[in-house]
Amino acid sequence: MGTTLAEKLWDNHLVRKGQDGAPDLIYIDLHMCHEVTSPQAFEGLRLAGRQVRRPDLTIATEDHNTPTLDIDLPIADETSRKQVNKLRENAAEFGIRIHSLGDADQGIVHVVGPQLGLTMPGMTVVCGDSHTSTHGAFGSLAFGIGTSEVEHVLATQTLPLKPFKTMAINVNGTLPKGSTAKDIILAIIAKIGTGGGQGYVLEYRGDAIRALSMEARMTICNMSIEAGARAGIIAPDDTTFEYVKGRPHAPEGEDWDQAVDFWRTLVTDDDAVFDAEVDLDANDLEPFITWGTNPGQGLPLSASVPNPEDFADEAEREAAANALEYMGLTPGTPFREIPVDTVFLGSCTNGRIEDLRAAAAILEGRTKAEGVRLLVVPGSARVRLQAEAEGLDKIFKDFGAEWRNAGCSMCLGMNPDQLRPQERSASTSNRNFEGRQGKGGRTHLVSPLVAAATAVRGTLSSPDDLVDAPAALV
Amino acid sequence: MEKFTTHTGVGVPLRRSNVDTDQIIPAVYLKRITRTGFEDALFAAWRGDADFILNKDEYKNGSVLVAGPDFGTGSSREHAVWALKDYGFKVVIASRFADIFRGNSGKQGLLAAVVSQENIELLWKLLDAEPGKEITVSLEDRTVTCGELTVPFEIDDYVRWRLMEGLDDIGLTLQHEEDITAFEATRAGWRPTTLPAKHLPSVEIEAARPVA
Ligand code: SF4
Repeated sequence: MGTTLAEKLWDNHLVRKGQDGAPDLIYIDLHMCHEVTSPQAFEGLRLAGRQVRRPDLTIATEDHNTPTLDIDLPIADETSRKQVNKLRENAAEFGIRIHSLGDADQGIVHVVGPQLGLTMPGMTVVCGDSHTSTHGAFGSLAFGIGTSEVEHVLATQTLPLKPFKTMAINVNGTLPKGSTAKDIILAIIAKIGTGGGQGYVLEYRGDAIRALSMEARMTICNMSIEAGARAGIIAPDDTTFEYVKGRPHAPEGEDWDQAVDFWRTLVTDDDAVFDAEVDLDANDLEPFITWGTNPGQGLPLSASVPNPEDFADEAEREAAANALEYMGLTPGTPFREIPVDTVFLGSCTNGRIEDLRAAAAILEGRTKAEGVRLLVVPGSARVRLQAEAEGLDKIFKDFGAEWRNAGCSMCLGMNPDQLRPQERSASTSNRNFEGRQGKGGRTHLVSPLVAAATAVRGTLSSPDDLVDAPAALV
Repeated sequence: MEKFTTHTGVGVPLRRSNVDTDQIIPAVYLKRITRTGFEDALFAAWRGDADFILNKDEYKNGSVLVAGPDFGTGSSREHAVWALKDYGFKVVIASRFADIFRGNSGKQGLLAAVVSQENIELLWKLLDAEPGKEITVSLEDRTVTCGELTVPFEIDDYVRWRLMEGLDDIGLTLQHEEDITAFEATRAGWRPTTLPAKHLPSVEIEAARPVA
């Protein structure tokens, strides 16, 4: 019997097979750190008198609680400043490469790794951040870890792990115009639930996936964690190789050929068997939004706020009722009539250049709905530079958006960019938990296209709702 | 890490499913750089509500949390486990845990015990009937006992062994350092390293300013 891609990667990084119920020891190729989940790990190393085993496989950047305005001034919030300073101190002390605020390679960890060419196929990638699953888009085994695991990787460059189960997510057909990778993943999560992927590595397969760009694949893998999965993965192909080629850390010359030869072997064998399979027809997809307080509470934008009474399962019914109360929504209201206060375009889910281009294409020549705030936050400083080189910043600013420096920004309520209590947002980020974007804030997760159209109309909208819809939607 | 064999303490029924780590500890508390002192942050958003269970006198000293399914979903923050521990919880019981949360718990000596939802309902009933009632959790026997009721729980064998022995993970791994070195010798040369650092030319980044 053949093996799946995830199993191949596992075998490829096996340092030691666990005996008597002990976990396997797996080698880690790339370890990324940020200011929030690493200080206690470095403290642990120091307390135990340990060193970082492989500083040359480790990289750090500042993203979670950095401001997106006035980045040349000291960080105003004292605890944020302390945490960022601590990361800088730790990087200096342990000899780790760091990209700090103001550096052209600073940005959200999951945008920085791929952009530098540090993320490539066939690797194991970890970071003290659940959205490390993003890097699975390259055909790598990539997953989030907790702080004690961060310490473990720093000290040993390995992790003791039990094998994951594997689930195939087959997405076939052609994505209709106006629908995006974000809608695919929101639909998958709505289908299998926030716990549906638990214990699994999800391998996204099928022609609709193959047709996606690397950016779009990253969007999908990014949100695997929202289905509860350990990781998401997509087999590498020419699209992947093209994306990696020429990046600063990409192999060159003979090394490149050798690498590509190996990468081509990274596919699930035809006769391999997954522990579970799920099918999704891309032809049926429409723009998707979330209405509740977990990413599984999503529906097509054309629908209305559901009635909790209609849920057969008692737990779901209660969850829906709680969610609607928090979200301040009335059953039966068409989603398209829900007004928003803030639109957030950014995050490691949808803060890459392609996302900004897609939104800009819709915003160009249009005006912002009155009273709506649009925040555009590039995923990394390089994305910002690229967008400026293409003139996208001008489109955003002319539209009335705020054009910010790179960081996690409003994806989570840890930096100055937050929702006020009861403020409602359409957000291209990945989590709509209570208080995620600021205490009392109400989040609807959407694609960059829906975000842009919503900023124009002021209520949740898709580009189709714009009277003069542009002919060529991405 | 302290060895864990059995624990007896006040059971706290938390009748909610999908308690995510943002609920357990909101992001604002993650800015701290210490490893302890997170007790005030636990369930911070709910603690303001006088009706929240931990605000009731009977449950103040709770150490065994009995929660709904899918506990600990969402962000990987280990602070969730620290906050539970700092508050005084030794055990969390639920029918399903998020993987990362469960992994983090095992490493920090917090027991995440998987009990069927049916039995959770029974435990909730008992705890509701007699607020402040104690629960005994035996890792040795893999049982949860509340008054007359004793129900089994599931836990990974290896995690159980480590908890019972109080063993630290890094020390265990470093016993195999030779294997790690041998593995490193076999890695292909084209695999990327972060050092020496390569990047595109550095460019001055202009700071965005607040719009008036
Ligand atoms: S953008 Fe959001 S999800 Fe991504 S790393 Fe930052 S906080 Fe986490």
